[in-house]
Amino acid sequence: MSSKDIAVSVRGLSKAYTIAHNAPKHTMVGEALMHRLKHPFQRAEKETFWALKDVEFDIQKGDVVGIIGRNGAGKSTLLKILSRITKPTTGQIDLYGRVGSLLEVGTGFHPELTGRENIFLNGAILGMRKREIERQFDAIVDFAGVEQFLDTPVKRYSSGMYVRLAFAVAAHLSPYILIIDEVLAVGDIEFQKKCLGKIGDVAKGGRTVLFVSHNMQTVNQMCSSAILFKSGRIEMQGGTKECVSQYLKLSKKEETQSKVFAPHDEVICLLDISLSQGGQTAEFLTSHPIDITASVVSKGLSVEELICGFILYDEINNEILSTFFNDMGDCEEPRHFNGTYKFSCSIPANILNEGKYRLIFDVGIAKKQRVTSDDTHFLEFTIKNIDGVASRFGLGTVWRSSPVLPLWDWNSSQQDAR
Amino acid sequence: MNLTSSDLTTPIAKPHLSIRPPSGWQALDLREVWQFRDLLLSLAARDVKLRYRQTALGALWVLLQPLLGAGILSFVFNRLASLPTGSVPPILFSYVGMLSFTLFSSTLSKASSSLVGNSQLISKVYFPRLILPLSTVLSSLVDFGVGLLMLVVLMAIYRIPPTLALLSLPFWLGLIILLSLGFGLFFSAVMVTYRDVQYVLPVLISFLTFASPIAYTATFVASKTPVGLHTFYFLLNPLASLIDVARWAMLGSGQVLWNYVGWASLISIAAFVGGLLSFRQMEQRFADVI
Repeated sequence: MSSKDIAVSVRGLSKAYTIAHNAPKHTMVGEALMHRLKHPFQRAEKETFWALKDVEFDIQKGDVVGIIGRNGAGKSTLLKILSRITKPTTGQIDLYGRVGSLLEVGTGFHPELTGRENIFLNGAILGMRKREIERQFDAIVDFAGVEQFLDTPVKRYSSGMYVRLAFAVAAHLSPYILIIDEVLAVGDIEFQKKCLGKIGDVAKGGRTVLFVSHNMQTVNQMCSSAILFKSGRIEMQGGTKECVSQYLKLSKKEETQSKVFAPHDEVICLLDISLSQGGQTAEFLTSHPIDITASVVSKGLSVEELICGFILYDEINNEILSTFFNDMGDCEEPRHFNGTYKFSCSIPANILNEGKYRLIFDVGIAKKQRVTSDDTHFLEFTIKNIDGVASRFGLGTVWRSSPVLPLWDWNSSQQDAR
Repeated sequence: MNLTSSDLTTPIAKPHLSIRPPSGWQALDLREVWQFRDLLLSLAARDVKLRYRQTALGALWVLLQPLLGAGILSFVFNRLASLPTGSVPPILFSYVGMLSFTLFSSTLSKASSSLVGNSQLISKVYFPRLILPLSTVLSSLVDFGVGLLMLVVLMAIYRIPPTLALLSLPFWLGLIILLSLGFGLFFSAVMVTYRDVQYVLPVLISFLTFASPIAYTATFVASKTPVGLHTFYFLLNPLASLIDVARWAMLGSGQVLWNYVGWASLISIAAFVGGLLSFRQMEQRFADVI
């Protein structure tokens, strides 16, 4: 591969931030002076924090590269350096082509200005010349779909219109290297798809895209390769699939989505509920089980009396299923619950299809009393299908729209004699 | 996204842009500022458009502000303290002084807060940071231009014809802008770390309102104080000589202390260069600190 195919070259890149421990941070000259006077010889205990350390990579022209990693892994720092907002501490970066960055949609939009005025202002902020903006003006307005509101101040826009207009301006920049940071966290699904399509077009046009997202499904769909960051270093670099699965493994840390409730002095009381899937707390994969726990205080209730379970609803409040710990009445030990108990179960892998779900806990005394309410004792989560059933075609939900997504054993045997 | 095919087939041998760690004093990259000139205009236009949106009197405020200010100063200095204004009617005299002073003070205060006021832009988008304080000059100049129209009306009312001295006005205005921008650049960069500046500045400006010859002349100060003291005054407040000489250019009458104007010019240029250099020096940290 000749060097002229390279779009981005990064060598030995590090970025250090200094964190002063002992000394309070002064944003007042007076305070700073007084502090100096009082403690003339004190040295602030400074710690150097390396947001990025010895990062090296090359990106070829026309690649769409996913930059992934947990919060604080250094992704945003990298993008800030690449888009020249902040300077590196060491290292060299060579960019072969104009860089356009989309670190936050709508930066520089002014609420008092009209849509038209904001298009020009925002274009100028992103480095476009006035003539360029004029040339692209109709395309921008068309993409955003805000023709009627061009002369309305954007403060009167709905949030959807606002985001659409902001993305449209940014998307019509024409850089060789486009840097996108988590912009698609906003807007409705329809628009998100439109944006992803636009980004795909950019790459097909031979330009390079660096794409940061926490949404592994999008990364999987969009990116031809990926770079996985962990605590400021590159953990892995290569195929998107491998990096995504490594990322999911990295996040196996114990982390759960949970709610804790105030204890009260009744016969039965729900203390806390939680939800997790290998470190993820609200976004799960169809291909892995989801662990659910509930802590309950019971004062001498028998196994027949005690109710503990949950009902699962989908996005539009259809009841999907319900399950209780003593569903089959075969819970032998203990016969009486006296003290604090942790009930746990897991929704098996390959049962629920993609979607948003709400899990409402049902705890109480059989036929007498329910101590939980639909409005407080619930947890919500989203399930995505990235590497589950049907994903081998890369089609995801488009192909299966059923509420369940089971993975069953199939056999095939040839019947005609050979 | 429009991209002509020629853009893509052109082989790029050397990098379009190289990013390196900061080292020592930064070179002034005026070429880059020029590339972003549209942003300069857009920001200035935003400033002008927004200032009087949702006001009842709108752009009339551009005229009322210096006029009211001049009226108050004129009342205090010329009516109560009966300081002389020569052959010029006091209100006109003060108005002309106020115009130059407002050019200075509005550039200074707007430039100083330009970085902190746009912190969201600085932490999210790259563009030459100099653009922000520079754009405030344009919007102050627009106000000055409108004020100048009012001056034409006033001069016609009082039957004071313009003189050839008027031709030198752009030069004096240029110096006033350099002086205000020099301090504005410095203060804006300091304000990124120390927000104290935003409290100090209004005090400084209102002090300057009285310490500058808006409703009185620099010559008057010179005639009332011993040489040592007024030398000190003129060197400490270069704005004094510049307001005086700008008034001379606009009205065509009055005495000018040329040697102090000379000093003031040098100080203004030095302030601008110093402001620019310190701004460039502090610029590297803006996005990390703001």
